[in-house]
Amino acid sequence: MTDSVKRAAETPDEPMPFAELGMKQDEYDRVKEILGRRPTGSELAIYSVMWSEHCSYKSSKVHLKQFATKAPKSEALLVGMGENAGVVDIGDGWAATFKIESHNHPSYVEPHQGAATGVGGIVRDIMSMGARPIAVMDALRFGAADAVDTRRVLPGVVEGISSYGNCLGLPNIGGEVAFDPCYIGNPLVNALCVGLLRKDQIKLATAPGPGNKVVLFGASTGPDGIGGASVLASATFEDESQAKRPAVQVGDPFMEKLLIECCLELYAADVVVGIQDLGAAGVSCATTELAAKGTGGMKVDLNLVPLRDPSLRPEEILMSESQERMMAVVRPDDIPAFMAICEKWDVPATVIGEVTDTGRLVMTWDGETIVDIPPGTAADEGPVYERPFHEPAGQTALNADTPDRLERPTDLRETLLKLLASPNLASKEWVTSQYDRYVRSNTVLAQPADAGMVRISEVMAGAEPTTRGIALSTDGNGRYAKLDPYAGAQLALAEAYRNVAVTGAKPLAVTNCLNFGSPEDPEVMWQFAEAVRGLADACRALGVPVTGGNVSFYNQTGSTAIHPTPVVGVLGVIEDVAKRVPSGFVAEGLRVVLLGDTREEFGGSEWAHVAHHHLGGLPPQAVLEAEQALGTVLVEAARRGLLEGSHDLSDGGLAIALAESCLASGVGARVELSGDAFTDLFSESASRALVVVRPEAYDEFASLCGRHEVPCYGLGVTGGASLVVEGVFEVSVEELRETHSAALPALFG
Amino acid sequence: MSAARVGVVTFPGTLDDQDAARAVRLVGAQAVPLWHADHDLKGVDAVFLPGGFSYGDYLRCGAISRFAPLMDELVPAARAGLPVIGTCNGFQILCEAHLLPGALTRNASLHYVCRDQRVRIEQTATAWTNSFEQGQEIVLPIKHGEGRYVASEDTLAALEAGGHVVVRYAGGNPNGSLNDIAGIRNEAGNVVGLMPHPEHAVEELVGAPSTDGLGFFTSILKNLVNA
Repeated sequence: MTDSVKRAAETPDEPMPFAELGMKQDEYDRVKEILGRRPTGSELAIYSVMWSEHCSYKSSKVHLKQFATKAPKSEALLVGMGENAGVVDIGDGWAATFKIESHNHPSYVEPHQGAATGVGGIVRDIMSMGARPIAVMDALRFGAADAVDTRRVLPGVVEGISSYGNCLGLPNIGGEVAFDPCYIGNPLVNALCVGLLRKDQIKLATAPGPGNKVVLFGASTGPDGIGGASVLASATFEDESQAKRPAVQVGDPFMEKLLIECCLELYAADVVVGIQDLGAAGVSCATTELAAKGTGGMKVDLNLVPLRDPSLRPEEILMSESQERMMAVVRPDDIPAFMAICEKWDVPATVIGEVTDTGRLVMTWDGETIVDIPPGTAADEGPVYERPFHEPAGQTALNADTPDRLERPTDLRETLLKLLASPNLASKEWVTSQYDRYVRSNTVLAQPADAGMVRISEVMAGAEPTTRGIALSTDGNGRYAKLDPYAGAQLALAEAYRNVAVTGAKPLAVTNCLNFGSPEDPEVMWQFAEAVRGLADACRALGVPVTGGNVSFYNQTGSTAIHPTPVVGVLGVIEDVAKRVPSGFVAEGLRVVLLGDTREEFGGSEWAHVAHHHLGGLPPQAVLEAEQALGTVLVEAARRGLLEGSHDLSDGGLAIALAESCLASGVGARVELSGDAFTDLFSESASRALVVVRPEAYDEFASLCGRHEVPCYGLGVTGGASLVVEGVFEVSVEELRETHSAALPALFG
Repeated sequence: MSAARVGVVTFPGTLDDQDAARAVRLVGAQAVPLWHADHDLKGVDAVFLPGGFSYGDYLRCGAISRFAPLMDELVPAARAGLPVIGTCNGFQILCEAHLLPGALTRNASLHYVCRDQRVRIEQTATAWTNSFEQGQEIVLPIKHGEGRYVASEDTLAALEAGGHVVVRYAGGNPNGSLNDIAGIRNEAGNVVGLMPHPEHAVEELVGAPSTDGLGFFTSILKNLVNA
């Protein structure tokens, strides 16, 4: 029997399964108060998914608002947080929209489909802003590289990203792959997509204009991912995780590719008033959010939703997370043109309702009203929690256990090779060679470059040419954040900022994916609060606003949470892509120059991790003024054509940066250190970069550094077939390459 | 003389069509979009079947595209001498349409592979490779999951004996292709299929670190001018 509004009013005491849907008693009571009666099953479905942690940000909201209140003034920001994705002005009439989102839990349960649909979801977010998606990247974290389950999860995740992204025709231009035992039951799969649009063509998720039609288009609706949003993404994994397998959605990248081309043609024909992708919480989310942001009302006949499984009940239709679906609001006169374009691209489209001015979202099933709610109460007025938090009990002891006590190595050559062969620092080619980085022919830089870079010209037919390009990097370091979440978040931003700047692009804006344990644990909540505070402060200091992002809680197994892992994406713009700076020692006879100061900083370092399995002390200092000055010098030097190559210093310090610079083009170098060789080579002090300049350009470059007070040290010169550190060691580039490239294939085949 | 007109076909799920069109324009020819659902070759002088995942590569790569309305026009035109090249998915479609012998199967590694690959031009007597030197080694990107060329022993022997192997992998076989075959031609030399992507190696700034792919596009111009 259909649980209609009429029936709900007549049976006020009928027990409803709110707890099974993840809803607390007080939340349920609030729904009853809003409606003045008990909710119908369909209404309960809507409220339970919309008020889930995943959709409502109920535990994080009070902290995230710092991204707005502390936001630096930025003329570049066109659309800020709260929309499907932020939009940034990148000049010459162009805008970029980008966002990173987690698909962690599904990727543990079913690595291939979990990761694949993570790509699909973020791409639809970007499409729904009116943009053409132009590139993707993925920040991935797994358990120990040699752990048995990592051999299940990693190949599946990589294959999922590969099969979906490649079939979609979006170049994968960068990202991260990191390993730590803390991620063994909670891999992190954070997918980023960037899109381009003309500045005056931004689309928003809104449904204005009574009488306008609501069109559902794309794939049909099936039973996949039902309860995914509330159950899968917001609950802790326990032993029953295997039972949740059917809750992971299955992707169809072919349909997504058709949807992209179809949407772009719909935008060009100007037949879309408002648009929203269907992601978590499916039809529930799309209808409530569109209605809440529009005229305020909408009526929908759920019988009209095309089904893949005709036995689906209305509650299931509302909660289904079937992929590759979009919802548009279309003027009645434009419906024929809209449908013709969908037909051209073989994309099924169905009018399922229309916009009203009643202020109510009303849905019917078999002629009976089954939903009648004020949409804003589901979309925007979910519960907000001020979760208690306090510093973890062991934090002081953790910080007191500094790496000072660790035995320093005597053979630095061996240390370099050992680090270079460690899974975190080894070549990621095993992963990245499974991704298409060339499609669309606009990729200027891709992995293993510090940042991915894409040129803007010829992205859309008919748009005037520009020399501009955008650069993107994602970074994060869970160990740093574990030692100090405030500094760890800042260091993640600083590294992404630096990675963009070393290519010659000016950092403009930030997206973030905040991966944490359970918000119900006050110690985890402290990590979260500190990380958000740190990131918001750093964004202000560096002048780059947060444009959007995503929070992923409940990344824990039992009571053991992952390291707090804020992953930060930075987008930058370069005025002339031809002036991009490649990574590494691109030619012989160039001066090798180290920028920035090196302190003895080994807390959370790769050396401490690899050589001693040690995590303690404090992470490197995040000196944001130094970071900004370094960025200014790098961008200005690139603009003037002073840099032949550059590379940031991060995990593994100078030693790894030197080795990677040799590997980038096969050219060696001879360098000399001035201080303690171990500290100079392996410390992970932030705000440093390694650049190579022509000898005749050195004076101009050094004076540029001087003007911005960026320390600048000539280390030596490029050339030869070896990396020589005078008086310390010599390693052939060939040995570096063999060491660097052998590690992952040895683990994953 | 008016610019040569090279048709670039878009099936649902084609991905490298705009890349191919750009490469065509770079050498001074006109790129003419051809739509899978039209029975119309628009009078083009040559046709480029680009890479991608037409129809999602569901069923079998290229197996559905073969039945597209456009193919009803393309197949007889190719048999009558129209220069046609298929790269990656385009090569798979040409095999499925029996314009070229053999088939492309799952890579021996079972992984998709994207890399800059050294290949050798084995045959310059085709509409698409006459700009190269016989035996010239060039670098082109490959990016595919199903590029392992297979054919019966007789077919392979005939391909080798007839000089129909156009491009061969050098410096390592990336997918387990028989005889290291990266690309082949038909008897007449007007139809060529290859797994590597010349259209991604035509500009210094983007794509593979070579512009070796340009030769395929200049070849077709030379061919059309001489015709």
